Amino acid sequence: MTRRKPYVRSMDGWWRRNPHFTRYMMREATSIFLALYAGIMLLGLVALADGETAYDTWLRFARHPLSLVLHVIVLAAAVFHSVTWFAVSPKAMPAMRVGGKPMPPGFIIASQYAATAVASIVVVLLAWGP
Amino acid sequence: MRARSNEPIFWALFGAGGTLAAVLLPSIIVVTGVAGPLGWLGPDAMSHARALAFAQSWFGKLFVFGVISLVFWHAFHRIYHSLHDLGVQRGLGVFKVVSYGLAALATLTTAITLLRIG
Repeated sequence: MTRRKPYVRSMDGWWRRNPHFTRYMMREATSIFLALYAGIMLLGLVALADGETAYDTWLRFARHPLSLVLHVIVLAAAVFHSVTWFAVSPKAMPAMRVGGKPMPPGFIIASQYAATAVASIVVVLLAWGP
Repeated sequence: MRARSNEPIFWALFGAGGTLAAVLLPSIIVVTGVAGPLGWLGPDAMSHARALAFAQSWFGKLFVFGVISLVFWHAFHRIYHSLHDLGVQRGLGVFKVVSYGLAALATLTTAITLLRIG
């Protein structure tokens, strides 16, 4: 082993040096909120299986103002995930050709927003229960 | 011959979960976390009987299983890879086992709970 100790620039906080990197790390950080939400859903499902008393306790927590605020934050993270996910999709998915021409990136992105709009309407209609 | 990487499997689950989350999660979060609890969807929208009926239908089971398990796989794949971005170098192997282990555990728990609901 040599005793050389070359200078290596610290990488600490690299993602704060450039707005582009910050946006990248924000995108990655959405996963923490998505995991949190999936965990809340799993707790709700377990409570549902445990019976009405357990489920009503879960529901009481869901109605608490802190839970509502948390869900608005989770929603913001989820929307940021959707926007960034759709934005990179033309580069991430396998190339598709229609009539020998590559599909325009704008069309791929727009069709996913359309799919999201339709899916959202279906979800709300499914949940609707006056 | 070099051992095959298991990365494509995790990447596929990450991609499937990411797409599912991008299309479905915003509206699902509004329903279960804001509009439902506040009663905007009707007084009984979140009732035990209704939630149970949904989880007992085959469509509901598939929906709940797909959303919970794939979002877990997506999120923990990203969390694990972000550790590298944040400069974590030691113990990445342990973090990998913990991350994918949690996703696998959540998948198993979801499946067992759905079967328990019947």
